[in-house]
Amino acid sequence: MRRRSGTGYTAVPPWIYAFAAVGALFVMLPLVAMAVKINWAQFIPLITSESSLTALGLSLRTSAASTALCILLGIPLALVLARGDFPGQRVLRAFVLLPLVLPPVVGGIALLYTFGRQGLLGRSLELAGIQIAFSTTAVILAQTFVALPFLVVSLEGALRTAGGRYEAVAATLGARPTTVLRRVTLPLVLPGLASGAVLSFARSLGEFGATLTFAGSLQGVTRTLPLEIYLQRETDADAAVALSLVLVAVAVIVVALSYRAPRGRQAMAGAG
Amino acid sequence: MSFPGKSMATLVMAGALITSLAGCSAGTASDASSNPPDTGPTGSITVFAAASLKSTFTQLADNFEAGHPGTTVHLSFAGSSDLLTQITAGAPADVFASADTKNMSKLQDAGLVAGTPVDFATNTLQIAVPPSNPTSIASLADLAKPGLKLVICAPQVPCGAATETVEESAGVMLAPVSEESSVTDVLGKVTSGEADAGLVYVTDVLAAGDKVKGIEFPESSAAVNTYPIATVATSQNKELADAFIASALEPEGRKVLAAAGFGNPQG
Amino acid sequence: MGFRFEATLESRNFEVALELAPGQTLALLGPNGAGKSTLLSIIAGLLRPDSGSARIGERTLFDLDSTKPSWVAPHARGTVLLAQEPLLFPHLSVLENVAFGPRSTGTPAAEARSVARQWLASTDTGALESRRPGELSGGQAQRVAVARALAAAPDLLLLDEPMAALDIHAAPLMRRLLKHVLAGRSAIIITHDVLDALMLADSVVVMEGGRITEAGATREVLNRPRSRFAAGLSGLNLLTGTARAEGIETRYGHVSGISEGKLSPGDPAAAAFRPSAISVYLDPPHGSPRNLLAATITDLEPHGDAIRVRAGDLAADITPGALADLGLVPGMRAYFVLKATAVTIYAS
Repeated sequence: MRRRSGTGYTAVPPWIYAFAAVGALFVMLPLVAMAVKINWAQFIPLITSESSLTALGLSLRTSAASTALCILLGIPLALVLARGDFPGQRVLRAFVLLPLVLPPVVGGIALLYTFGRQGLLGRSLELAGIQIAFSTTAVILAQTFVALPFLVVSLEGALRTAGGRYEAVAATLGARPTTVLRRVTLPLVLPGLASGAVLSFARSLGEFGATLTFAGSLQGVTRTLPLEIYLQRETDADAAVALSLVLVAVAVIVVALSYRAPRGRQAMAGAG
Repeated sequence: MSFPGKSMATLVMAGALITSLAGCSAGTASDASSNPPDTGPTGSITVFAAASLKSTFTQLADNFEAGHPGTTVHLSFAGSSDLLTQITAGAPADVFASADTKNMSKLQDAGLVAGTPVDFATNTLQIAVPPSNPTSIASLADLAKPGLKLVICAPQVPCGAATETVEESAGVMLAPVSEESSVTDVLGKVTSGEADAGLVYVTDVLAAGDKVKGIEFPESSAAVNTYPIATVATSQNKELADAFIASALEPEGRKVLAAAGFGNPQG
Repeated sequence: MGFRFEATLESRNFEVALELAPGQTLALLGPNGAGKSTLLSIIAGLLRPDSGSARIGERTLFDLDSTKPSWVAPHARGTVLLAQEPLLFPHLSVLENVAFGPRSTGTPAAEARSVARQWLASTDTGALESRRPGELSGGQAQRVAVARALAAAPDLLLLDEPMAALDIHAAPLMRRLLKHVLAGRSAIIITHDVLDALMLADSVVVMEGGRITEAGATREVLNRPRSRFAAGLSGLNLLTGTARAEGIETRYGHVSGISEGKLSPGDPAAAAFRPSAISVYLDPPHGSPRNLLAATITDLEPHGDAIRVRAGDLAADITPGALADLGLVPGMRAYFVLKATAVTIYAS
């Protein structure tokens, strides 16, 4: 292929492009295959059915809530992992990242034994009149559990890239640690935080296994879009495929948004 | 870029690998067995059976192999509709044992059934409660108690359809906290103590052992679930497939099914 | 408010004690890795030493030696650090960067901005106040950084090679600015440039290997260097040895010169002389009352419009014409000759 003028040298051998093409096809072909399978005449009615819209609405609401929870819990974790220096730090990081490799259903079981009625915390919560199982809260907890590592990894990377030099300068200028965090650290890593939040949102949106295990499945309460797709597949394959496409579309939009963020950070790093 | 980073990408890939490996457990019927000394069909077949048949069909297959030296029976268990999808997509199945007549009819409509399906088992609903039965459930009507955490199957799946039928015929309105897409999920919520009661098949209650207590209720007769079995039209070894089906209908086979709680559709 | 400091940090082989009179500027000289930045980090509270204490006036920055060890956090020390890079906060405007210090210590936003504008004006960067740091040149950014440091009203200003990253056009401007703002202000400045030390500092400390090897008034240290590093900075040859009744005994033999102060035979002493005072010969000249140092040439390099002839730790400047006549090449044995009147001898 001919290079565009004004582009620099890249050390990628031409044949790599052939393999990259295979890789790209491997990812894209299933999506195309699914799109081909869609019953377009019925597409709109299928995705606007009451149960579909309820599921989509629930998915968006719970994902937004779990993303907020991820931000709340993830910022301190990422800060401690990136800036802290304490024994057990590596172990802590390994545990925080664990949900990435755990089958989600295992996460669901673990959450069940924590927040369930018979669970470690659930028993006390039950006495306090708080019931989590089978509630929308359970969905949010399940999503947060699987999505948190995405935010922590993203943010920890951004914090390490930003380094501690700006923070040291801010401190010598008289800023207390809390002021440094609020006015320097967080603004500096905002793009990393944003892309981490977007990835967490995407992961929450796609969460299935832990939700099914831990939260159950009831329309409007715990049946998110992935659960709805799974159920629809039992009887109405067309509806399942149509809803899958909706989920793919939402995920694509979300991931596209997350790719805008890193560019912003580079511009900022270049400025500093 | 601030995307998860290399280490996380590796983790994600490792996760995907584990999942894909797990999905490979369904064996294919391509074993080339040597000729056995005795007469009768030989070789290997793959039986696609509903998940609720797991323990019984594993036993049936063992018995069959013992009685037919030189044969191998591969088993693949999943939800009936999943199996149907796999077979119509070309999965190498020789026998299909469905948990409902609906999915078998679909396979017939697709022209993939050799001969006529035979009903080989029935199953009815039972109330599953934790062993101590803390909410003192004794009847179907008790499931409508306010505040009771009831879990049932979603209407889209066979056990849920049966639940709906029972509800209608008994005139009871159930308000579940969750409608699961599989019996396993319903049972799981009862055994873990999350739910006070669930509606599952009698066979599931028996299979769960002493982790749950089953409560029979007369209204269950309104929804008797029938299990049909048939040889798949694309089978490369129909003779062996037919022999396996026959073995399930013989008294020995019936005993295995009955022990697991299945009823006899022939009466 | 005078500044007193002493600290040790074994992991960096650091052991330093120094004092600074109120309103004075101290230049910190020394080769890379000598511990200069470590010193500033400890003062600023960014690095904790094993032991020691520091005070500005009566105020304690840290005291690890007392029975009740104390360690004041960086934000409460009143010691502002200005580094080689400006490190302006990229997400804040120039004005907000400079207002950062006052705002952090609780000054209301409007008042902080007015303080910031004053400092921007006095660093000649007032026109840049609404820009982002990314839109500034290196020199502009560093001047804004000076304004930001001063706006925080430090009791002690710490400057870590503030001109090292500037190009040759921006550096003189920054030097002038620093001369202006450091006047009468307590400050410690790390520099590699003798000009900075002469122009900006009242006194000089030379650090090598985590220790102070020389300290004193700037002129004194630069004119009468006792360390090779200080001699190199001021462009002088330095030979150390033992005082004799006449001159000094060095590893190149006896060197005569003009003695300053009282020197008793046997005292440790040093001899300093300019490279340009040396003449180079291939054979020892006869019957001369001058100093004669035999050496093997190691390097030849251009130095201004002369040629610098290096022989180990000696340096001589000769004209290109003389080089051509002598035909000097590295490895050749030569004689460095210099008049006694060109050599200053003093106690070391």
